[in-house]
Amino acid sequence: MSELIRKPNLDHVDDVYQQLLAMHEGLDEAQSLKVCARLILALANHIGDSAVVMEAMELARATPPTA
Amino acid sequence: MRMANTANLNAGLAPQPTTHHRGIPVWRQIGAKAAPAAGAAEHVPVVVVGAGPVGLAMALDLGRRGHRVVVISKFDFIPGGSKAICFSKRSLDILDRLGLGQQLLHKGVTWNVGKVFWGEREEPVYQFDMLPVKDQQYPGFINLQQYYVEEALLSALQSLPNVELRLGQQVEAVRNLPGHAELEILAGQTRYPLHTDWLIACDGSKSTVRNLMGLDFDGRVFEENFLIADIRMHEERPAERWFWFDPPFNPGQSALMHRQPDDVWRLDFQLGWNIDREACVKPENVERYVRAMLGPDVQFSEEWYSIYTFQCRRMSRFVHGRVLFAGDSAHLVSPFGARGCNGGFADIDNLGWKLDLILRGEAGQALLESYNEEAIATADENILNSTRSTDFLTPKTTVSKAFRDAVLELAQTEAFARPFVNSGRLSTAIHYPHSRLNTADAERWVGGVAPGSPAVDAPLAGHWLLPRLGGRFVLLAKGWSQSLSAGVELLDIAALGVQDAALLEQRYALAEGCGYLIRPDHYVAARWREPVAAQQVQASMARAKGVQP
Repeated sequence: MSELIRKPNLDHVDDVYQQLLAMHEGLDEAQSLKVCARLILALANHIGDSAVVMEAMELARATPPTA
Repeated sequence: MRMANTANLNAGLAPQPTTHHRGIPVWRQIGAKAAPAAGAAEHVPVVVVGAGPVGLAMALDLGRRGHRVVVISKFDFIPGGSKAICFSKRSLDILDRLGLGQQLLHKGVTWNVGKVFWGEREEPVYQFDMLPVKDQQYPGFINLQQYYVEEALLSALQSLPNVELRLGQQVEAVRNLPGHAELEILAGQTRYPLHTDWLIACDGSKSTVRNLMGLDFDGRVFEENFLIADIRMHEERPAERWFWFDPPFNPGQSALMHRQPDDVWRLDFQLGWNIDREACVKPENVERYVRAMLGPDVQFSEEWYSIYTFQCRRMSRFVHGRVLFAGDSAHLVSPFGARGCNGGFADIDNLGWKLDLILRGEAGQALLESYNEEAIATADENILNSTRSTDFLTPKTTVSKAFRDAVLELAQTEAFARPFVNSGRLSTAIHYPHSRLNTADAERWVGGVAPGSPAVDAPLAGHWLLPRLGGRFVLLAKGWSQSLSAGVELLDIAALGVQDAALLEQRYALAEGCGYLIRPDHYVAARWREPVAAQQVQASMARAKGVQP
């Protein structure tokens, strides 16, 4: 079983980030929520390892340290 | 006997005149039993309270094993209304062991495929097959009205001289003592005592026994109403489970259509929470739903209309000294997944052989702790699955609705999204990998059936493996060269000279010398890749009978 990769692992991060925002253009909040859901489902399937997906969920849910 | 039973079932083809008892439709009147003559309190080995499918099957299992059983039920009739209609392969295997499988299979509507539709789209967004492993005696499911199952069970019980049905009688008091239980029963105006070694409460979600004993039944209530419209109509459609999310005929809600015998169809409509329940179940309102679904000119008649809500609950323990709980009295699930009655059959299948051994003095009371654990494992898995289905079916937050709709949208074009579609994960046999009755593998196995898993069926010498296993301990083997001690029967496919055992060998990874010790309820207790000494099989059998090493 692999672990969630927590060091930088993605190329073109600025492009990806821009696209994450751009994909919501013209959508209301409900539509945006659904687009996020579709994206998460597609990525989860691509990762193909439920343990890694659950680990990412834990990371996402954890309260970030206050600055 | 089998012929007589079949004839009896077919008599039901003609619509029965509907009578009611306190608002409950009566399918078949059986008749109340008078109280026994006054005298010293009678003592019987087993009392089953409740004459629904679970109580009747419990009585039949123990009755067929030769024990004296008294069945107490407050109703002296088989209730009408289709109620539970989906009987799983696992339940059919259990009913087969009780001598009723073939009869019910022939009466029922066989199905394996479920299709899920969304909105106005004509093609299903998802479909599933409940029998992915073919070549087994029974199909994934049959649909059959609950009263037919009860009628077949009752008929089988009536032919057993050691089983006594005391219908129209009510439990008024329960005293759970260290070595036995004492009941007070009300029959007509007469109250009489009845003592028993074991009291099995199969008296449903509102269990009188549980309430009299003041026991817990905790869980979750779901705020959702559903309408069951069972109708009679002649329609040529495949015998498949069809489920709709947000169909045009019930916008924003779900619906289900499923075929039963006798041209009866189960239609199920989600209604929402804030509705007028009284008004919704009125025939003219139900007919509006039916016509919206099937067209304005559809010809049909009412079979049974009912509105239901549901809860997921279970007792924290099913074993309370001499009082044992099985079926809805112990655990309650939503209907999505057909896990209610099928879950109850799993209980009695698990409990029957254990209580039989205890009554014969071949096992101690400690064996019942494994019933408590395994039946709770089953109930928890059933509750988990039915809760997940309910959360998918009736999303209650913005986020859960976004994910649900995202899955349905993607499922139209993307294969990866289809497995997420959850219109009910239908009942299959539960695995007990952590059961105290298992002997862990000592060798490395690739494939086969692991300890704690249900034995899988396979063709065997022109018939089937599971019925051949019967209801006793069997060592299923290929070329077992060691002797065996008494109490375990050898089923050696090499010695049998079975030619066409390829599927069986494949399903069990049954190479030369392999052996599986299979419990009376068809769960694997232990397995070996080489023949082992009789004492080693004996040790695994002792463990499976609840003797801790």
